[in-house]
Amino acid sequence: MMDYPKYLPMGDRAFLVRFGDEISEELSRKVRALTLLVERERIPGVEELVPTYRSLMICYNPLKIDPEDLERALKTLVSEIGDVKLPEPKVIEVPTVYGGRYGPDLEFVAKYHGLRPEEVIELHANRNYLVYMLGFTPGFTFLGGLDERLHTPRLSTPRKKVPAGSVGIGGKQTGVYAVSSPGGWRLIGRTYLKIYDPDRDPPILVKAGDYMRFIPCSEEEFLANWKGELDFASPVEE
Amino acid sequence: MPVVEIISPGMLTTIQDLGRFGYQAQGINTSGAMDDFALRVANILVGNPQGEACLEITLVGPTLVFHDDVIIAITGGDLGPCIDGFSVPMWESLYVKKGSTLSFSGIRWGARAYISFQGGIFVDKVMGSKSTDVRAKIGGLEGRALKEGDRFFVGLPLDRSVVGRRIPSDLLPLYSNHPTLRVVMGPEDDHFTPSSIELFLSQDWVVTENADRMGYRLEGEPLKHSDRGAEIISDGIALGSVQVPKDGKPIVLLKDRQAVGGYPKIATVISVDVPLIAQLKMNDRLNFKKVSLKEAVRELRDRERVLASLPLLIGKKTSSRFRIRVGEKELLVEIEEK
Repeated sequence: MMDYPKYLPMGDRAFLVRFGDEISEELSRKVRALTLLVERERIPGVEELVPTYRSLMICYNPLKIDPEDLERALKTLVSEIGDVKLPEPKVIEVPTVYGGRYGPDLEFVAKYHGLRPEEVIELHANRNYLVYMLGFTPGFTFLGGLDERLHTPRLSTPRKKVPAGSVGIGGKQTGVYAVSSPGGWRLIGRTYLKIYDPDRDPPILVKAGDYMRFIPCSEEEFLANWKGELDFASPVEE
Repeated sequence: MPVVEIISPGMLTTIQDLGRFGYQAQGINTSGAMDDFALRVANILVGNPQGEACLEITLVGPTLVFHDDVIIAITGGDLGPCIDGFSVPMWESLYVKKGSTLSFSGIRWGARAYISFQGGIFVDKVMGSKSTDVRAKIGGLEGRALKEGDRFFVGLPLDRSVVGRRIPSDLLPLYSNHPTLRVVMGPEDDHFTPSSIELFLSQDWVVTENADRMGYRLEGEPLKHSDRGAEIISDGIALGSVQVPKDGKPIVLLKDRQAVGGYPKIATVISVDVPLIAQLKMNDRLNFKKVSLKEAVRELRDRERVLASLPLLIGKKTSSRFRIRVGEKELLVEIEEK
């Protein structure tokens, strides 16, 4: 009923190209293809690109390019996305210690689905999750591809503190908290991989379009590789 | 190098420049001065590049001591700046002597002021910017708000010719405690009923206590979502985006906003009007007015023209100020050239 793609101005500094109204690998592919084309084209005045599930936000300077000219340029590029060959995606391995004080909600998730904790780990680890987008906090990934048998409702009251590195499940999604923050996802494990490190170049290891893969690791391996002070999640207030 | 020391930090004092760009796609917000016009003018007044970092101070100002001579300018909201207890003018570059104390006597108008230092503030750029991002813990001083006892270096007062530069008040934006913010509608205005669109554009909105660098939550008669609903699949959020969650109360998203979100955005405040909302505080009111994208861009061009011409317009010194002592009293005397 709607005609996609849509070209939607967001004020005088950003444009949204929207490809549809669902979360799917197909739409994500279009978003990534357009991202690649706009990056390659180096349109003057285009300052920043923010790919999301089904849209690309193009931040631009209207003093350098007229919005109408930008829209025209984007339409031309959109007509070419079918021919784009996306680069081989990167797979980022995320060594994860599951359960215990590292994943205090693992037992709950298992019980909720009538599974044993080991079965939850088996269903969660060793598969590739597509990074649809990042946001919410630095390096927070929105991943697709969580097994339906692990879909688990969020906490009704978010924890005051979820420490950096926590691996969680929220509804149909799974992901890693790259920085400590409040959060409502069920925590099943923890990685020592620093997805966000402001002193490193690049500061964030993951990009939209990459895949993440959780690799179970031992507590010893986790502790041997953890850098800095080790803090834990605050208790659930339910 | 001149040293500035924080005696008391005020409510929220951070180092900000024009922001950090290029990392929104990875969850790092842009940060940057809430009132970027005031920051740019503060820099122009002291002869800096427009995007140099300044102190952004909020509602209750800090107390600072200058351990060396410096040239500064204070712009934005009038929080009552005083040097050694004497009121000093805003929107003007000032020569400040070693040992002087800058304090703020209280809000007369606005919410945020900017202090520029000739030669800038000497902190490292992180990911291309000196702006403090408290959430990502980067920029400024250790990625946090300033606190008592903090010290930092600023530039040497090498060019005294700028002292006394002042901005003609007719070149300032129409700051007010009840401004009209111009908006470009959309991208999700189709998620609202026609009568709610009308209501959005006609009623007085009141700033709530939830008004900070991330966004301003507004109070008023709630807007109704159309049958398209109060949620969207998360996508991009721009500076000034007005998102409306289920409760029908708009939130205007500002410099510390997340770059993605899942509430419908009814409209976006145009760039040149963002400084106006940055100067509002709790219980201030505002209205929204619809304009076209063309008009928004035209306004932006005009604003840039003003900023580009400012260094020329203010190059001439139009007055001199002296502090004189009469018996026990110290007086500030101003002599204007006619």
